[in-house]
Amino acid sequence: MREIRFDLLLLFIAFYVLLAPVLSDLVISKLDRRVDLSSQMVRTTTSLKVENNGVGTVSEILLPFPDHQAKDLAFLMVTISEGKGKIKGVSGSLPIRVVKPEETPPALSWYLVSLPKELGKGESISLDVKAVFTHILRPFPEKITQADIQLLAFQDSAYYLSPYAVKVQTLTVKLPEPKVESYTKLENTKVSGSEIKYGPYENLPSFSYTPIVVHFVNNKPFAVARELVREIEISHWGNVQVTESYNIHHAGALITGEFSRLDYQARPHVRGASAFRNLVAKLPPRAHSVYYRDEIGNISTSNLWGDSAKTLLEIEPRYPMFGGWRTSFTIGYGLPLQDFLFQSEGKRYLNISFGCPMDEVVIEKLVVKIVLPEGSKDISVSVPFPVNQLEETKFSHLDMVGRPVIVLEKSNVVPEHNQYFQVYYKFNSLSLLWEPLMLISGFFFLFVTCIVYMHADLTISKSSASYMAKLQWDEVQTAIQQFQNIMNRCMTVHDKIEASLRDLSRTGDVQACKAARKAADSLLKELSKELKPLLSFLQSSPQAVQILPKVEELVAKEKELQEKLMLKHSTVVDCYEKKLGGRETENRVASVQQKITLLRQEAEDLFEIIDEI
Amino acid sequence: MEKSATDLLTSPGVSSLFKSLKLKTKQQELLIRVTILFLVYVLAFITRLFSVLRYESMIHEFDPYFNYRVTQFLTEKGFYEFWNWFDSESWYPLGRIIGGTLYPGLMVTAALIYWTIRFLRFSVHIREVCVLTAPFFASNTTLVAYFFGKELWDTGAGLVAAVLIAICPGYISRSVAGSYDNEGVAIFALLLTFYLFVKAVNTGSLAWALASAFGYFYMVSAWGGYVFIINLIPLYVMVLLIVGRYSMRLYVAYNCTYILGMLLAMQIRFVGFQHVQSGEHMAAMGVFFLMQVFYFLDWVKHSLNDPKLFHTFLRITVTCAVGLGAIALGVGTASGYISPWTGRFYSLLDPTYAKDHIPIIASVSEHQPTAWSSFMFDFHILLLLFPAGLYFCFKRLSDATIFIVMYGLTSMYFAGVMVRLILVATPAVCLISAIAVSATIKNLTQLVRAKSKASHSASGKGTTSSKASSKGSLDQSLPFQRNGAIALLLGAFYLLSRYAIHCTWVTSEAYSSPSIVLAARGAHGNRVIFDDYREAYFWLRQNTPPDAKVMSWWDYGYQITAMGNRTVIVDNNTWNNTHIATVGRAMSSYEDEAYEIMRSLDVDYVLVVFGGVTGYSSDDINKFLWMVRIGGGVFPVIKEPDYLVNGEYRVDKGAAPKMLNCLMYKLSYYRFGELTTEYGKPPGYDRARGVEIGNKDIKLEYLEEAFTTSNWIVRIYKVKPPNNRW
Repeated sequence: MREIRFDLLLLFIAFYVLLAPVLSDLVISKLDRRVDLSSQMVRTTTSLKVENNGVGTVSEILLPFPDHQAKDLAFLMVTISEGKGKIKGVSGSLPIRVVKPEETPPALSWYLVSLPKELGKGESISLDVKAVFTHILRPFPEKITQADIQLLAFQDSAYYLSPYAVKVQTLTVKLPEPKVESYTKLENTKVSGSEIKYGPYENLPSFSYTPIVVHFVNNKPFAVARELVREIEISHWGNVQVTESYNIHHAGALITGEFSRLDYQARPHVRGASAFRNLVAKLPPRAHSVYYRDEIGNISTSNLWGDSAKTLLEIEPRYPMFGGWRTSFTIGYGLPLQDFLFQSEGKRYLNISFGCPMDEVVIEKLVVKIVLPEGSKDISVSVPFPVNQLEETKFSHLDMVGRPVIVLEKSNVVPEHNQYFQVYYKFNSLSLLWEPLMLISGFFFLFVTCIVYMHADLTISKSSASYMAKLQWDEVQTAIQQFQNIMNRCMTVHDKIEASLRDLSRTGDVQACKAARKAADSLLKELSKELKPLLSFLQSSPQAVQILPKVEELVAKEKELQEKLMLKHSTVVDCYEKKLGGRETENRVASVQQKITLLRQEAEDLFEIIDEI
Repeated sequence: MEKSATDLLTSPGVSSLFKSLKLKTKQQELLIRVTILFLVYVLAFITRLFSVLRYESMIHEFDPYFNYRVTQFLTEKGFYEFWNWFDSESWYPLGRIIGGTLYPGLMVTAALIYWTIRFLRFSVHIREVCVLTAPFFASNTTLVAYFFGKELWDTGAGLVAAVLIAICPGYISRSVAGSYDNEGVAIFALLLTFYLFVKAVNTGSLAWALASAFGYFYMVSAWGGYVFIINLIPLYVMVLLIVGRYSMRLYVAYNCTYILGMLLAMQIRFVGFQHVQSGEHMAAMGVFFLMQVFYFLDWVKHSLNDPKLFHTFLRITVTCAVGLGAIALGVGTASGYISPWTGRFYSLLDPTYAKDHIPIIASVSEHQPTAWSSFMFDFHILLLLFPAGLYFCFKRLSDATIFIVMYGLTSMYFAGVMVRLILVATPAVCLISAIAVSATIKNLTQLVRAKSKASHSASGKGTTSSKASSKGSLDQSLPFQRNGAIALLLGAFYLLSRYAIHCTWVTSEAYSSPSIVLAARGAHGNRVIFDDYREAYFWLRQNTPPDAKVMSWWDYGYQITAMGNRTVIVDNNTWNNTHIATVGRAMSSYEDEAYEIMRSLDVDYVLVVFGGVTGYSSDDINKFLWMVRIGGGVFPVIKEPDYLVNGEYRVDKGAAPKMLNCLMYKLSYYRFGELTTEYGKPPGYDRARGVEIGNKDIKLEYLEEAFTTSNWIVRIYKVKPPNNRW
C-alpha cells in the first residue's frame, strides 16, 4: 500500500520537475552521498560543493527531503567542510529552519540553511549534511520465526534530490554484513563487500529521482524506546542522581510461532539471531550506586566495568528480546556533583548530556526532568536543539514547598542528540541546612513532649480514691527514701567509730579517739531527731502499713547496734587506758563483736527488703 | 553486682561510696531495663533483615503478593474504592469481591504507616513499607511480651520473654522482612489482646477491658486466627469458674471485652454476623450467659442468706439455664440460623479430618501435622524450658498464670496439629519459658549473692573474721551450694547463647528465602540465582494481551495477578472448590479433553512450573496428585488409580499410560526428551525426581510453547485458536 502511494508521489515529482522554475543559479558541482545502514538508524552523510553561477549573491541554500523521509528525520546538521583533512569546521553547525517555498513540488519538506557569509558570483562552498532517520528501514518479511534471520528493505533515490542541478554525484550504501538479498541495479552499480556503489552520474537536472531498493540482512538490535524518562536530581550534598525509566520494544520483524528455549539454548546465534539479549549503557566516569530493576524487583543480570574515562553498564533484560517483544526497566546511578555542577556570574549551572547513554537505542519520546533543590530561583535552560519545555514540582524527603522540576520533552531522539545542555539557577547554600534543622527540631520537640508528659499530671479527677492513694504512696516513698538516707548516714557514723578504734590501736591516741566518739554521739543524736517526724508520718499514713513494721524493726536494730558499738568503744578505750594486752581486749570485746556482726547483717537484710518494697 | 561485692572485700572505704550509690539503684535498674528493651526492639527488627541483605527488598511467597497488590490499590484509590473493589482479574469468569472477602487489618495498617510517613515528608515507596511492616510489628510484639511477662511474673520474666520472642524462629518464620502476611501483625494483635485481657482480669478495670476489646477488634480485622481468642478466653473463664476463682474483676473484664469486641468485630465485612450465627463463636456466648447466671446466683445468695434454700434454688437455676442454652443451640442449629463448624475448624480438632474430606486443605504443606524436628527447629531450648515454666506457673498459681498455662497448652496442641500454628504457640512458649529462665536465674543469683554477702560482712568485722565467718554461714545447708549455683548459672548462659546462635542461624539459612528467587551454590562455591519466576511473570506482563487469561495451578494465582498483571482462573484464595477442581481436571485430562475445558474457560495461556532441569522439587509434577485428587473429588471421571502404578507415583517408562499423556505431563516435559540435563545421563533425565522420563516424544496439538524461562522452571503455553472448519 505504502509503496504504491510512494510511486504516485514520484510521478507527481517527475511531473513537477518539468514545470518547476529554476530556483536559483546555484549548481552543485560535486556531491558524495554515503548511506550507512549498519544499525537500525539510517545515517546519511552528504558532502556537497555548491557553486554560485548566477549574478547575485546567495546566502541561503535549500535542502529538500521527501515527506515520507522527513517525518522520520531525527537529526539534521550542516557543517562547512574546509577542504579535506580538517573536516570539522570550527564554526560548528549552520542554522537551519523549516520553510515552505511556493511553487515547489508537493510531498517535499524543505530545510533552509543559512550560510555564514554570502556567496558571491563564481564563489563556491563545501558543505557536509548529516541526517539521521529512524524507522525507515522496513522488515521484509514482516513476521519471521525464531530461526529466521531478519531481512530489511531500504528505499531511496539513486540521485540526490535537489532543486539545483548536480554535475557529478555518487552514492554509497553501507550494509552491516556482506549479505544482500537483492538490490536495484542501475548503470554504474558496483557491489564490493558490504558496500554498494551507485555512480558516478553526471550532469543531472534538478529534482532528478530514480528509486532504488536494497534488501539486506540486518540482525542488529532494533531496540526502540517508546518512552524514556530521565530524572536528574541535584543534591547539593554532593550527588547528582540520575534515574532512567525505559519502555523498550524490539521494532524489527515480529516473531511468529513457537519460542523454544531448547533451540535458543542450543544455538543462540542461529536460533535467535534476530533477538538481542543485552544493551550497553555508557555512563559518565565515577558513576556509583548503580542499580537496574523493574516494577517487580531487581534484575540480577547486569555487569559493570569502569575506568577513568567512562563506566560501562551492560544490562540484560529478563528474557531475550525477539521481534515485537517488550520490556521495561529502570536504571539509576549517582554522579559526583563537582563533575557536573559549576558556577558562573553568581549563578550555578548544571552541565550534563541530554540523550540516552545507550548507543543503539532510538527513543520515540524522551522526557528529561531536572529536579533542582528546594528553593532554587531564576531558572533558565539552554539546549542546543528545540525541545518542549514544562515546569513541575516534586516532593521528596522533607520538602515543604516542593522542588522545582524542569521538564524537557523531545520526540525521535537518536544518539546524535547526546549533547550537553545547561540549566542555570540560583540557590542559597544556607538553605542546605534547612532540612537537617527541621529533623533536629522535630526530634527536639518529640523529647520535650516526652519530658512534659512525664512531668505533667494528667489525672482527670483529682479527688478520686485511686488518685489520692497514688499521691499518698508517692509521699510515703519520699519518706522512705529520706529514712533510708538517714539510716545510711547512721551506718557511716558507725563505720567512723570503728575506724577511730582502728586508729587507736595504730597510734595509741586516746584523746583523739574520745573526741571522735563525742562527735559521733552528737551526730547520731541529731539523726535520731531527724528520724522522729518521718517515723510519725509513716505511722500515720495508711499506705505505709506494709512497710512500717520493717522500718520500725530497722530502727530498733540500729539502736541496738549503736548501743553495742558504744559499749565496744568504751570497753576498748578502757582497756587501752588500763594498758591491757591486745589478747585481753579482744577477749572482752569478743561477745559484743559477735552481736555487732549479727546486727549488721540483719540491718543489711532489712535494708534490702525495704528497698524492694 | 558480684564484682562490686568482691571489690568491697579489699577496701572498706569503698563500701560507703557504694552505699551512697545504692540510693539510685531504682533509677539504675530502670535505665538498664529501658536500654535492654530498646536493644531488644532494635534486635527484633534487624534480625529479620537477612532476607533484604541476602536478596533484595521484595515481597515473599504467595499470599503476600495479594496483600501487596491490595495495599497498592488502597493507597492509590482510597478506602471506599478498596472497600467496594470487585476484582475481575482473579477467578475468571466469576471474579471476587475483594472488600468483602478479606481481613483488611494488614493492608489498612500498612497504608496508615505509609500515609503517616508521607505526611512526615519522607518519600518512601509503598513496597518498602510493606516489606518492613512485619519486622516492625515483631518489634512491637517484643514490647507487648515484656509487659505481659511483667504482668504474669515480674519484670525479669518480662525482659527475658521479650528477648526470647525477639529471635524465636517460630515467629521469625512468618515475620521476616518481605513476608507481608496477615500473621505478621496478627501475632502482635493476639498477644496484645491477651495481655490486655489478663490485665483487665487482674485489675478489674473497665478501661483495660475496653482496651482489650479494641485489641480483639484489631485482631479480627487482621487474621482469621481470631477464632482462637474467641474460644480460648471463654474456656479460660470457664476454668476459672470451675476452680472457684469467680470474681467481680473477671465479670467486668469478660463482659466488657466480649460484648464490645463482638460489636466491633461485626464491623468487619468478612466476619459480619458470625459472632452470633456461627457455631465456632457459640462457646463465647454460652460463657457470657453463664457469667450472668453466676452473678445472679451470687446476688441471690447474698440476699437469701439461707444455705439450704439457696442450694435448691441453685439446682433449679442451673438446670434451667443449661436446658435453655441447649434448646437454643439445638433450635438454632436445626433451623440453620447457627451455621455448623467449618472444615478448617474440624480439621483442627481432628487432625485426620482434612485428609479424608477436604483435599484442598490437606494439599497445603503448612497444614500438615507437625514433625518433632520442626518443633525442635522452631523452639530449640524453649521446648525444654516450657515444662519447667509450667512448673513455676503451677507453683505460683494466679489468674494470670492460669491463663498463660491454658494458652500454652491449647496452642501447643494446635501446633502439633498444623505446622503453621506453631506461630500461635510461639508467644506462649516464649512467655512460659521466660518465666522458667527468669525464676531459675533469680534463684541461682540469690544463692550466689547470699554467699558473697556473708563473706563481705565477715571481712567487714576486721579482727575476728575467722570465727564470725563460721557463724555467719550457719544457714548453709548444702555443701558446694555456691559453686553449684555458679555452675548452673554458667550452664543456663551456655544454653541461652546456644539458643541465640541457633536462632540466628535458622533465620539466616532457612527463613530468609523469598521463595520467588531461588539461590543455589554453584560448582565453584559461588551463589547462583534462579530468577525464573519473575522472568516468566514479567514476560506475561509485557508480551501478552492485557486481557489474556492464564490458567495455572492455584498456588501461582496471586503471583500471576500481582507480578504478571494478568487474569487468572484460580488463585490462593481457595473459596470455590469446584473451580479449582475444574482446573485440576483440565491438568489431568488428555490434551483434547483439556482443550475443551480450557476453551470453555476462555484460557489463553497455560503456565506450569517444572523443576526437572534444575532439580527444584516443589514443582507441578510433584503436586500433580493433589490436582488429581481435588479434580476427582468433584468430577468422578478423574480417578486417582489411573495415574498410579501399583499405588506408586512414577514418571518414567513404567508410569501409567494416562499419566504419560495427561496435559500436565505433556506441558512439563514438552521437548524435554531432547535435553541433556546432567553429564553421563541420557537425555530427558529429570533431576527433580532422578529418573529418565517415560514419554520423550511429546507432540502438542492444541497448544504451543510461548515461553520457557532460562532454567525451564516456568513454562508458558499458548492455547491455539480453534482450527477453521474448512
